[in-house]
Amino acid sequence: MSLTPDDVKRIARLARIETSDAEAQATQAQLNSIFDLIATMQAVDTAGIAPMAHAQEVYQRLRDDAVTETDRHAAFQAIAPAVENGLYLVPKVIE
Amino acid sequence: MSSETSLSALAAQLAARQISSRELAQTYLDRIAALNPAINAFITVDPEKTLLEAAAADALIAAGLAGPLTGVPIAHKDIFCTDGWLTTCGSKMLHNFVAPYDAHVIQRFKAAGLPSLGKTNMDEFAMGSSNETSHFGAVKNPWNTAYVPGGSSGGAAACVAARMAPAATGTDTGGSIRQPAALCGITGLKPTYGLVSRYGMIAFASSLDQAGPMAPSAEDCALLLNVMTGFDPNDSTSLERDKEDYARDLDKPLTGLRVGLPKEFFAEGLNNEVAAAVDAAVAELKKLGATTVEISLANSKLAIPVYYVLAPAEASSNLSRFDGVRYGYRAPDYGSLDDMYCKTRAQGFGAEVKRRILIGAYVLSHGYYDAYYLQAQKIRRLIANDFSEAFKVCDVILGPTAPGTAFRLGEKSDDPVEMYLNDLYTIPANLAGLPGMSLPCGFDSQGLPIGLQLVGNYFSEAKMLNVAHQYQRATDWHARAPEGLK
Repeated sequence: MSLTPDDVKRIARLARIETSDAEAQATQAQLNSIFDLIATMQAVDTAGIAPMAHAQEVYQRLRDDAVTETDRHAAFQAIAPAVENGLYLVPKVIE
Repeated sequence: MSSETSLSALAAQLAARQISSRELAQTYLDRIAALNPAINAFITVDPEKTLLEAAAADALIAAGLAGPLTGVPIAHKDIFCTDGWLTTCGSKMLHNFVAPYDAHVIQRFKAAGLPSLGKTNMDEFAMGSSNETSHFGAVKNPWNTAYVPGGSSGGAAACVAARMAPAATGTDTGGSIRQPAALCGITGLKPTYGLVSRYGMIAFASSLDQAGPMAPSAEDCALLLNVMTGFDPNDSTSLERDKEDYARDLDKPLTGLRVGLPKEFFAEGLNNEVAAAVDAAVAELKKLGATTVEISLANSKLAIPVYYVLAPAEASSNLSRFDGVRYGYRAPDYGSLDDMYCKTRAQGFGAEVKRRILIGAYVLSHGYYDAYYLQAQKIRRLIANDFSEAFKVCDVILGPTAPGTAFRLGEKSDDPVEMYLNDLYTIPANLAGLPGMSLPCGFDSQGLPIGLQLVGNYFSEAKMLNVAHQYQRATDWHARAPEGLK
């Protein structure tokens, strides 16, 4: 399997990372060498093996349905790039 | 062998009022001011905050409320959110992020009265094995500043090696505590997955990330682990277990200890000098009463390909939160909302982080999930199964931490695959969720440190620390510090 510069641009689009043609070209070679490394696992017979998502077999805990958070609105918005009247500012999405 | 700057010695001096926490913190701050310009181990140092925390520790000591390590200052990897401190994760994306809360690990050290000496440099978002991907510049190895300290906890390892801090926190996703510990000649431990809360620790690959201690000796690491571990309801993978004293078995003899030597870890690709030092360490352990048994971790050769599917997949999801809306960097010029995301992420992330996000996005994309992600998860189980088999015949697994010693700055930075191979021996323990540690076991002909790795069964940290401590009582590799920096 080998990625083309167009593939790289498509993935970068999925990941919301602006990528120029020149960057896609440069990244393509590096990604392909990484995928060559990854390809070595394709030959392994894993029929009947259960996927391991996690190191410990644990279950999600449930907690009481009670308010545990305090209002930290001001502290959290103090570090935002753009805020006005308690709202995060972003470019207009709906006309 | 305990030195006068071991954590237990410093704690004893504090308890005996021979020195105050403020004086001790100032001593280390002075050393950081003198050495950090050459080493670049710290991203943020804030003497005023440190001394305030030290004064609070002194008050606890004066009031008779001191715990075992109250007043001992330590450094924290810049991956831990620290209330009121710049927390960058080594990235331009968070170059201006002052955390509004403390990570669980920071909370525990604060509650135990350990002042923070500052935030240590690291590979960007913990992605790297040389500390060269940091937005804040590469860290230099204190043993030779033309060489890398390893990564991603490179600043933590370098500041401890240069004695700019008595100890430091680190995190390990694929070897990021153990490999820099090896390359800088210190001791570092990655606990069993789930023992240390990940709350407030900026996420890279959540099923693998685990925080742990880095310090000169195993004894120091045991004392730090006593502070760091514990159940935290804010981390859904935190384990509810009884509190342990990780120092309880340090002084036990090693008679009857069965050390497993995985043949795959001593095969092709291992540097001769590293192999010789590890062999000598095995001989030392035998003198102390251990026996050895050859074991096989046949699937460990697949650990790197598996890791470079799973870790980027998890990272591509975790790092989607950095969009320039709620915190951190936002591109100065943009049109639409979508354009703002794309430009912010293109400018805020460095090359290695982008590469891993792209790999992750690809392996999770439609049509490739089964072939990559699911296959990697299945092989992950095969790797974990190999360890379970091995622990039927041995108590601890021993091998090299890294295939070689520190390499030159810039030597591998243009070849990602070459860089990835550095974590060949450390990644298997992360995939299985097992505890692993690195301790110094010698030097190569260029005077660069060599690290020995121990991997234990789940929850066997006290046993591993016992083995490491007994080895360190018989040797002095861990007590050596770089010449010229003293």
